[in-house]
Amino acid sequence: MSKSNFTRRGLIKTGAVAGAAGLSLPTYLRADGHSGFTNAPTGDTVTLGFNVPQSGPYADEGADELRAFELAVEHLNGGGDGGMMQTFSSKALQGNGILGKKVEYVSGDTQTKSDAARASARSMIEKDGAIMITGGSSSGVAVAVQALCQEAGVIFMAGLTHSNDTTGKDKKANGFRHFFNSYMSGAALAPVLANQYGTDRKAYHLTADYNWGYTTQEAVQSSTEAMGWETVNAVLTPLTQTDFSSYIAPVLQSGADVLVLNHYGGNMVNSLTNAVQFGLRDKEVNGKKFEIVVPLYSELMARGAGANIKGIFGSQNWDWKLENQLGARYVGTNAFVQSFGEKYGFPPSQAAHTCYVQTLLYADAVERAGSFNPCAVVEALEGFEFDGMGNGPTLYRADDHQCFKDVVVVKGKENPENEYDLVEIVEVTPTEQVTYDPDHPQMAGGQLGECNPGA
Amino acid sequence: MDAIILQILNGLDKGSAYALIALGLTLIFGTLGVVNFAHGALFMIGAFCAVTLSRILTLSHTVIDETQKDFLGNPLKVDVPYIYDIFGQKTGDAIIDWAVPISILFAIPVMVGIGFAMERGLIKHFYKRPHADQILVTFGLAIVLQEVIKYFYGANPIPTPAPDAFRGSFDFGALLGFDPNTIIYPYWRLVYFAFSAVIIGAVFAFLQFTTFGMVVRAGMADRETVGLLGINIDKRFTIMFGIAAAVAGLAGVMYAPINSPNYHMGMDFLVLSFVVVVVGGMGSLSGAVLAGFLLGILESFASMAAVLEILPGINQIIIYLVAIIILLTRPRGLMGRKGVMEE
Repeated sequence: MSKSNFTRRGLIKTGAVAGAAGLSLPTYLRADGHSGFTNAPTGDTVTLGFNVPQSGPYADEGADELRAFELAVEHLNGGGDGGMMQTFSSKALQGNGILGKKVEYVSGDTQTKSDAARASARSMIEKDGAIMITGGSSSGVAVAVQALCQEAGVIFMAGLTHSNDTTGKDKKANGFRHFFNSYMSGAALAPVLANQYGTDRKAYHLTADYNWGYTTQEAVQSSTEAMGWETVNAVLTPLTQTDFSSYIAPVLQSGADVLVLNHYGGNMVNSLTNAVQFGLRDKEVNGKKFEIVVPLYSELMARGAGANIKGIFGSQNWDWKLENQLGARYVGTNAFVQSFGEKYGFPPSQAAHTCYVQTLLYADAVERAGSFNPCAVVEALEGFEFDGMGNGPTLYRADDHQCFKDVVVVKGKENPENEYDLVEIVEVTPTEQVTYDPDHPQMAGGQLGECNPGA
Repeated sequence: MDAIILQILNGLDKGSAYALIALGLTLIFGTLGVVNFAHGALFMIGAFCAVTLSRILTLSHTVIDETQKDFLGNPLKVDVPYIYDIFGQKTGDAIIDWAVPISILFAIPVMVGIGFAMERGLIKHFYKRPHADQILVTFGLAIVLQEVIKYFYGANPIPTPAPDAFRGSFDFGALLGFDPNTIIYPYWRLVYFAFSAVIIGAVFAFLQFTTFGMVVRAGMADRETVGLLGINIDKRFTIMFGIAAAVAGLAGVMYAPINSPNYHMGMDFLVLSFVVVVVGGMGSLSGAVLAGFLLGILESFASMAAVLEILPGINQIIIYLVAIIILLTRPRGLMGRKGVMEE
């Protein structure tokens, strides 16, 4: 399918709108002079596309994302208790849909595969007329779908994607990421690790063999080395690996006293379980207790790893206990946990949080721009500063479309009270400490380019 | 030297799993002549037998604790396993702790039952069809079983720990005179290796030293003649299918603490197990066991950092590379017999 089809559809639909509206042209035409855009909403509804893993290894995360999207749609249309719309610093959203149009949605299955994710996103754009695509639980998928949305002329609001590349070398003008990234994990974790384990440590990295793994290893390695740690070895492991014993066994022989697992999802659950089975955490090396670090983990992964996660340091984008434990700076957290918990019976994951926030941020940007035109939305989101979404004051940086906010450093809880209470918040790293230059070497290589309205 | 011993040990438990699955595959292929692509799913179901029994043992009723609050500020609901009510907390905890070994007893009848149902209900109708049809139907069955498990248990891995007594690892290095911590090996993996050795021994003994086994072996060699002697070989082969299913299932039960079970684990093992069968020689039981351990150990060596530095990526292709070399030099596999799957 080539871009020209999107263009034709955009033109026809926009033509119809212009015709129906008579002389009073839609705002976006006056605002930035585009002749039209892909999937301009014509009736009294607007369709959003939720592209989440509904099958495959991240299906549980996808299910939680979908719950959050449904909640966001309910709140946007004026249902429920409004959730974070009450605490959000921008007051543009009225609970009457987006620009008065009722919000509807379609969902697709990414299967956590780039090609399947692109196919389902394409189908939602072409067949269902989705004006915005969001969701996903993998950086490989995010980068692929973001590129598709750029070509198609729709906005992509990334879901859970942590690789530097999404807003680094693969950034696109039509794409936006609220979730934090590898660089931020490294910058937030390193001081905590130095504080807890000392500055004289030898680290051994096991890294998942794809773009997220590389950027995470690079980030954690450079931040910990800056603190005085030495990296004795870094080994790539295949994404399909399930038994990591042959990678774990040589760790002790290397003289390392810290193992960093740059693994996510099932990979992390298995590698951590194997490492604990090998008794690494009971060993003493170089006169110090052997430690394991997992730079990024989620509540769902903590549940998979069971008791093995206890005492392990990692980082998160958000945690449902933030406001209760660290106060009003993280306002919005409780409002979201309340409405999500009431509806589904358990607290939301960080994947659910980022997806809910992204949907509201998109809707708010459209309201403020007064138009669904992607270029108007891009303009409204670039440099947008907001608060009340659970992460404290946040900036959507114009240079790379990455959100800058505090990062949560967590640790597996020693005595969890229930299955949703598996991680404890160790500290929150302030935004300044995780902010980097747009042309930082770890992000270098890509260009944001021009926004594409598709017509 | 210590690194070499370590990787041999490492290969043993992986090899044990390959050998057990390949043994079951070969049993089915040798008796019924069916290429069973659903065999990995049987391994996976075995692991989920352990999950299911842990769930049954921890089946709970809710008690509302007014003194504590849940995440929404309502009184906390605390789950109390029924087993506490029956045996008291201490014995109850001990039983829950030993859920995986206890699952063996639970898994044998379940797996034999599933094996019978599979053979009588579906595979029986495909005996006279070409191998391609058999592969398609059993592969389809594997996908269905996988989706059923995912529907009930979700997509994420479910932690199923070994009993506390087997936590931690054994220091072989100290035993063999190396520095401490150079050769460590988890207790549970030693248990797994010993367990599979017992199972493999039992299957061979059963086939070698019982009348039933003798008839089955005769049937494998010449089905028609055995039939002409008035022996109902089909019935015996159905029982063999049940036994093969139980072997795969037990391999799965004991594997649950090594890697948390997920619905996809069967597929991860299936392809490799087929390579094991082909390398060992189609229809050869001892070939399957030998090739299982051989490929497990080679895979371990290939993922050593020192090896990866010289040959990056070798860990991902080693098994297939070895398969190609062996098939080029010994087209029937290591211990294959003439005439099996040859027209």
